[in-house]
Amino acid sequence: MTDQTITPDIAPTDAMPVPQSEAEDEHTHAGVHDANLHHSPEEIRREMRVYLTVFAGLAVLTGATVAARFLLHLPLRQAMALAIAIACMKGFLVAGFFMHLLTEKKVIYGVLILTGIFFALLLWLPVHDVLDKFGHY
Amino acid sequence: MDHAAGHVEIPYTVSPRPDTGLYNGKLGIWLFLASEVMLFGALFSSLILIRTGSPSWPHGWEELHVVPATINTFVLIMSSVTVVLAWANLRLGNFKLGRIFIGVTLLCGLVFMGIKAYEYSLSFAHGHYPSTSDFFAIYFTMTGLHGLHVLGGMIVFAYFLGPGSKMWHTDRARFTNRIEIVGLYWHFVDLVWIFLFPTLYLL
Repeated sequence: MTDQTITPDIAPTDAMPVPQSEAEDEHTHAGVHDANLHHSPEEIRREMRVYLTVFAGLAVLTGATVAARFLLHLPLRQAMALAIAIACMKGFLVAGFFMHLLTEKKVIYGVLILTGIFFALLLWLPVHDVLDKFGHY
Repeated sequence: MDHAAGHVEIPYTVSPRPDTGLYNGKLGIWLFLASEVMLFGALFSSLILIRTGSPSWPHGWEELHVVPATINTFVLIMSSVTVVLAWANLRLGNFKLGRIFIGVTLLCGLVFMGIKAYEYSLSFAHGHYPSTSDFFAIYFTMTGLHGLHVLGGMIVFAYFLGPGSKMWHTDRARFTNRIEIVGLYWHFVDLVWIFLFPTLYLL
């Protein structure tokens, strides 16, 4: 995609008027703003190039996942570790760049940390069970 | 708010709340996604329990169809980039291009579901059903639930491509935010598939 294809045919969103009540709120609570709504067109175009780079990275990592399985012939444990590691890298790219978690608000990090704790607990239960079994057999 | 006219405006649909720094819809979708993490987390937890508790476990690549699943992975990744490009174009005020990218995202969703249906038909042709084994039970449950999420996202994209797009002409910033919200949901669906694919098909 070139910059020509994304040339705006109408005024950018950032310049759009907001309802009066919300405009008042912005003035009342100065300093609070959503970064995603206040980027310049140049910044947005730069973001778009980043998205395309991330897409290329995800495509390469997907190919690597399949190639690692069929070309490396690793033992199951190593294959598992490698597959999960690549999946985590892909997850980081999607969450960090596409979902903008690298530049999000604190309240979202708070929600996700709490979710992460419960999620870890949820996965720990079966892992604990497995370790318990190995301990007995 | 104009109470006299009986018109109550929903607050913080565009501008951020001072306490959270976010417009309400964005916080709402993240809370929803947090609940979704727990839903799929419970299924991944079940997979670990069933797999480790089973005396034997088949190789995913021998029982399932890796090629269509790999193509589906590429399709879903592509749809993730098209939805984020749709949002970026709407922020630039380019409704036409934004709409095209929403349409391409919807098309990617359709292709994903078509390939998934083909994959299921191959499994059924080989006599593999959810009742066949623990492996196929968890495979159909997880991919089926994921497919339902893809379908849900497609319905929302179809709405924003059709009747929902009217909002662009009355409240552009709010429409743009709506695409960001459905985009966040769509990326989550992609994220789940990123972990489902190697776990079920390659290990």
